[in-house]
Amino acid sequence: MRSSQSLGMSDTRTLASAKRMLRKDVMTCNKAVAESVKLCDVDVIAAYPITPQTSIVEYLAEFVAKKEIDAEYIKVESEHSALSALVGASPAGARTFTATSSQGLILMSEVMFTASGMRLPIVMANANRALSAPLNIWNDQQDSLAVRDSGWIQFYAENNQEALDYVIQCYKISENKKVMLPSMVNLDGFYLTHTLEPTEIPDKKDVKKFLPPYEPEYRLDPESPLTFGFFAGPDSYQEFRYEQQKAMENAERVIKEAAKDYYGFTGRKYSAIEEYKLDKKDTVLLTVGSVSGTVKEVVDKLEKKYSVGVAKLRMFRPFPFEEIRRIASRAKIIGVIEKDVIIGVNQGAVATEIKNALYGSKSIPVLSFIVGLGGRDTPPSTVEKIIKICENALEKPEKESYWMDLK
Amino acid sequence: MIVLGEKASYVKCRWKCEAGLSANRCWYYRQHLKEVSEEELFTSGHRGCAGCGNVITVRLVLKASGKNVVVVSPTGCTEVISTPYPETSWEVPWIHANFENAGAVASGISDAVKVLLRKGKIKSKPKVIAIAGDGGTVDIGFQSLSGAMERGHDMLYICVDNEAYMNTGVQRSGATPYGAYTTTSPLGQDTPKKDMPAIMAAHRIPYVATATISLPLDFIEKVKKAISIEGASYIHVLAPCPTGWGFPGEKTIELGRLAVDAGMWTLYEILNGEFRVTYKPTAKVPVKEYLKAQKRFAHLSEETIKKIQEDIDKRWAEAFR
Amino acid sequence: MKIVLEPGTSLKNKTGGWRNFKPVIEMKKCIDCGNCWIFCPESCIRKIGNKYEIDLDYCKGCGICANECPTKAIETVLEEK
Repeated sequence: MRSSQSLGMSDTRTLASAKRMLRKDVMTCNKAVAESVKLCDVDVIAAYPITPQTSIVEYLAEFVAKKEIDAEYIKVESEHSALSALVGASPAGARTFTATSSQGLILMSEVMFTASGMRLPIVMANANRALSAPLNIWNDQQDSLAVRDSGWIQFYAENNQEALDYVIQCYKISENKKVMLPSMVNLDGFYLTHTLEPTEIPDKKDVKKFLPPYEPEYRLDPESPLTFGFFAGPDSYQEFRYEQQKAMENAERVIKEAAKDYYGFTGRKYSAIEEYKLDKKDTVLLTVGSVSGTVKEVVDKLEKKYSVGVAKLRMFRPFPFEEIRRIASRAKIIGVIEKDVIIGVNQGAVATEIKNALYGSKSIPVLSFIVGLGGRDTPPSTVEKIIKICENALEKPEKESYWMDLK
Repeated sequence: MIVLGEKASYVKCRWKCEAGLSANRCWYYRQHLKEVSEEELFTSGHRGCAGCGNVITVRLVLKASGKNVVVVSPTGCTEVISTPYPETSWEVPWIHANFENAGAVASGISDAVKVLLRKGKIKSKPKVIAIAGDGGTVDIGFQSLSGAMERGHDMLYICVDNEAYMNTGVQRSGATPYGAYTTTSPLGQDTPKKDMPAIMAAHRIPYVATATISLPLDFIEKVKKAISIEGASYIHVLAPCPTGWGFPGEKTIELGRLAVDAGMWTLYEILNGEFRVTYKPTAKVPVKEYLKAQKRFAHLSEETIKKIQEDIDKRWAEAFR
Repeated sequence: MKIVLEPGTSLKNKTGGWRNFKPVIEMKKCIDCGNCWIFCPESCIRKIGNKYEIDLDYCKGCGICANECPTKAIETVLEEK
């Protein structure tokens, strides 16, 4: 290995980044997630197989079997039990992880509300997949957006690196005493889960410094016999819900702090929204997850022809209201490209939230573009169509929502 | 301490006991009762009905287990009556999550304890005990429990069986006996009671037992035995419910005794596959006496009672042959 | 608001007011068998040596103690309110 002198680098930061380049491995997003769990000194993993998440729990089973992770791995009989086991393990003092997808997430949804209400810092990876019926194993984001109100912090990854980085940051955020809420990292099924990309695995020592061991404030301990998960009547229930909301607000600050610390040893910057060629643009294409790559590419191609940029939403809960307002204040129209629909509203969940953010501030059209349901491809031509619709709507929007490529 | 195992003087004395199940005048019974812990780990002030059999179950379990436990309860009477914010009756660590997941929650705690001990993050090893109602066990919690038992976590699962959904106002469950009235079986339950202990035994776990609160020493001994065994164990305890069964609160213990004496409930244990009846009633009481003591059976015709009696006779012959 | 409860706090809830009948022990008849104590759902019968005491702050008057007493040393009498 060459020294920094021979590389002609005196700046240690340059050296660090060179080392990082060397550490990049090519792996799928599912592998990247499993690798991140390995770095976090997790105590209990409970999981159940489901496409396209399965290889995460297979990698984890292998890591535990090889003693690369010192954890108990509970091979439960359902996703409902996967999360339930963690709802037991977490207050016992364990750092916990599970992974699921689609039907599994929806089966868990009852326990998701419980985990958040009990203020347990559980971390989960969700491979975004369409919901049945009809049965479909391919990607869209209906599953995680259906549990948007469960009190979980939600991140969406564009690529494998983001998924890996977010799992590590999630523990830091969730375990913060001012937060104590569970969090989930969403990765698009197949588009990410099964796609090989060069991904950097941070140094275990750095992660250890970033993420100290989990020390719960309260635990299931016979020395101090506390009651968890009690029953609250009309005179107190509302206050507990309010505290959850406050914790979610605290999370906004904690997420920013975690991103700053994370940048310190990885050089990768994280914010609620990634802005791409957004300066002085009329049209903002707001994207979630892996489709962002395609959209960015189309914007690159057409930036001379159209005034268009990209705002990639990385965080859906807590929702970055301030950032959305700031972006809208400089734009003329927002086109939200998302892979879900609220049946009965005929718009996506993200689009309605953007409108919510803009209520009472600068009023610009927000168009909802429903794409890629059940794994349908979103090719550059579709994005181009979306840009054109937005351009035309600058004058006068025809309608609020568009089902793209409907046959 | 009650001596465990075949040689226990207590077990012998129960068999010989002149007074039968009530055993009140039995000197041995009194001696052994004196050995039961006086510590109350479930405090007064809970909201259970007067004469609640669930609460007696919890008290007896905690008297057997002592402090070094973590208790999991799913949704049900036990949870609701003991933990209305900001009060709790529990003096041991206790957790409730949902209705159908006590098995999974308990397995999570059990494995967390295992790994945290290994990593030196905690010092002592509490036993994980799930205390669940019959609905949370034989119906909605069945899958989660089956998974936990099959995986063999170090835990004890106790089903407190009052034979219906009492917390929601007496609806039939899979544990409701044939003929019993509930609000959702207004003509009487038309299927037999699910044989949950047998299903648990089919998981080939080291210890399965049945008990009733009316024989506290038998029950306590079984709990102690289950706790001493590493791995998954299951105890199904019959806990009469004055509100749901329709009898005055003072008869809770008497009804449990009658159930055993009439052969409606058999006390046994299966230790490492070895089946053993732990108590044989001195005389078989006609089931009619048991049924007539409860409003939920008040509508039964002579013909139905005869049918129930015949079924019991068959099972009695099998159990006590 | 704490997300956990401190142990044994239900002692604040005195359930004695639920009672219609109250148990009275006639110690002369007591043979110290312990039945009343072991079966009490309210944990409100205490052993003091070979004597038994009922904490009427919590007794709901269910009558199990009287029913299970082998010597009929416990009688339930109508509560005067």
